Amino acid sequence: MAKNFISAIFGRSPVHPLQQHMAKVIACVEELPAFFDASIRGDWETATRVRENIRQLEHDADTLKIDIRLHLPNTLFMPVARADLLDLLTVQDRVANKAKDISGLMIGRQMRIPQELGVMFMKFLDGALAACRQAHTTVNELDEVFEAGFRGAEVDLIHSMITELDRLERESDHVEIEVRRALFEMEKTLPPVDVVFLYKIIDWIGDLADESERIGSRLQLLLAR
Amino acid sequence: MEYMTLYIALAAIFGLFMAWGIGANDVANAMATSVGSRVLSLKQAILVAAIFEFAGAVLAGGEVTSTIRNGIVDASGISDRPELLVYGMLAALLAAGTWLLIASRKGWPVSTTHSIVGAIVGFAAVGISIEAVKWASVGTIVTSWIISPVVAGTIAFLLFTTVQKLVLERRDPLSQARRWVPVYMFFAGFLITLVTLFKGLKHVGVSLSEEQSYLLATIIGLVIAIIGKIFISRIKVDPEADRAFHFATVEKVFGVLMVLTACTMAFAHGSNDVANAVGPVAAVISVASSGEISQQAPISFWVLLLGGIGIVVGLATFGKEVMKTVGEGITHLTPSRGFAAELAAATTIVVASGTGLPVSTTHTLVGAVLGVGIARGIAAINLAVVRDIFMSWIITVPAGAVLAIIFFFILRVILG
Repeated sequence: MAKNFISAIFGRSPVHPLQQHMAKVIACVEELPAFFDASIRGDWETATRVRENIRQLEHDADTLKIDIRLHLPNTLFMPVARADLLDLLTVQDRVANKAKDISGLMIGRQMRIPQELGVMFMKFLDGALAACRQAHTTVNELDEVFEAGFRGAEVDLIHSMITELDRLERESDHVEIEVRRALFEMEKTLPPVDVVFLYKIIDWIGDLADESERIGSRLQLLLAR
Repeated sequence: MEYMTLYIALAAIFGLFMAWGIGANDVANAMATSVGSRVLSLKQAILVAAIFEFAGAVLAGGEVTSTIRNGIVDASGISDRPELLVYGMLAALLAAGTWLLIASRKGWPVSTTHSIVGAIVGFAAVGISIEAVKWASVGTIVTSWIISPVVAGTIAFLLFTTVQKLVLERRDPLSQARRWVPVYMFFAGFLITLVTLFKGLKHVGVSLSEEQSYLLATIIGLVIAIIGKIFISRIKVDPEADRAFHFATVEKVFGVLMVLTACTMAFAHGSNDVANAVGPVAAVISVASSGEISQQAPISFWVLLLGGIGIVVGLATFGKEVMKTVGEGITHLTPSRGFAAELAAATTIVVASGTGLPVSTTHTLVGAVLGVGIARGIAAINLAVVRDIFMSWIITVPAGAVLAIIFFFILRVILG
């Protein structure tokens, strides 16, 4: 029987796959508190198991990413620029990569967060995760803005969400400064190589929030055309 | 004309065969957007298609049938050999039917309109003479093939833009949808009724004055809007599926509108495409029964009826399977978009049918879908497929022509 040409002209919408990818990314970073908790306690068995989860989720996100890229041929006509959409995907993916890097480095060096810094580290991580979650919520609005045809009240809603995302990122920056200061005050008492890598981990946790904010900026680019 | 009965019987069989093919394949295209958006169930879609295809064919199909019958070939040069026209028209039907069969087997997007016009031009130019083709009116027809998608696209763009402005971008899209959808329903009902009254009813022997037509169209439009409003008021908000702006429920409201535009689309398709099958039949009958080539004879009502029945039988036998695959194919066209595309396409086609221009339903609908896409209404349109669809008529016209020429000479040997 003949295939139908009207139905063939509709390409697969990139929106839901993009949201699925973001859901994987957020599931991946949500494993970090459990991972840090275990590593602060020095429970490397649990930490290794959580790390395996993170690796798996990051891998799933990668698979989705490749799949989305393959389904966005040049001939697809979309209400948003193809390049902007692919950029958004790349930035989303970086968040998951960062979570994998953090857990990988900490497992590899059996890094222990000094007890004194434990609470502060968890607070910092929470702040960064809040930014990630806000980015996730904002990406989840994407299907509605496609539905609304990129105009009006729905767009305003997304803009206000992005403003909130920026605020969360700034907040996370402030906590980052506090954590660095606390580490600086006690760094003489720690093995120097450990200190170098602790700074690196702090950097990377900060990057989680930074990349989340970048997701917001990419979304803004998508909306503004 | 010694073989009069044979000619008429052959024409009726070939015409029925082609109408059946149109019903089996082409109708699915016309109904695709409604089935895809899950507004109508499969059974409902087939029922709606059957009723309105039939009505469109019988009520508004006359003008295009005349064009196909005697708008393309100038038969005055062969008035001494009227059987040539009979062979030609039979060949055209066979050619178009065969080409459609081959194309749908191979999965090529072809237009029934383009095949039949190509076939008629082909047999006339080669079988009779180059001068026998009314090139001026063929030019007009070809131009209409380019214009109709553009016009439908523009209307769809404007329609969807009004939907955005009036409903989607508001703070309360749901209550705006409840308010405006009946207005769209009025316009859809008004427009289709008006065109039918102006162009269609004379074939069934009813004639109304201009004022009466406008009045009746307004009344029918209002009745449809009121019925729509009743259905819309029954739609409940679905708290599960909805977020801040209730878009899921908004789509249900547009779903009511889409039932109507699906009817208009089926009607438009019937009014335009049934002529592809019955136009040549009408030509054969007129020649065979009078024994001479007359350009004036009215189209007999039963010929349109034949086309309508053929389409409905095609729908009933194969339409279900085709529509099922279509319904699975389109999931990204929501009713607020689908209606804009359908109404724009239906309007363009019905107006074109009213002026006797055979346009391609598929191409017009594709143009309308692109119009919605340009208004940022559709998540992803596969331009490669769009290009294939539009490229197809460049090959379809000559293919129809060549096949018609072959069949023409074969028929002349067998029958002559």
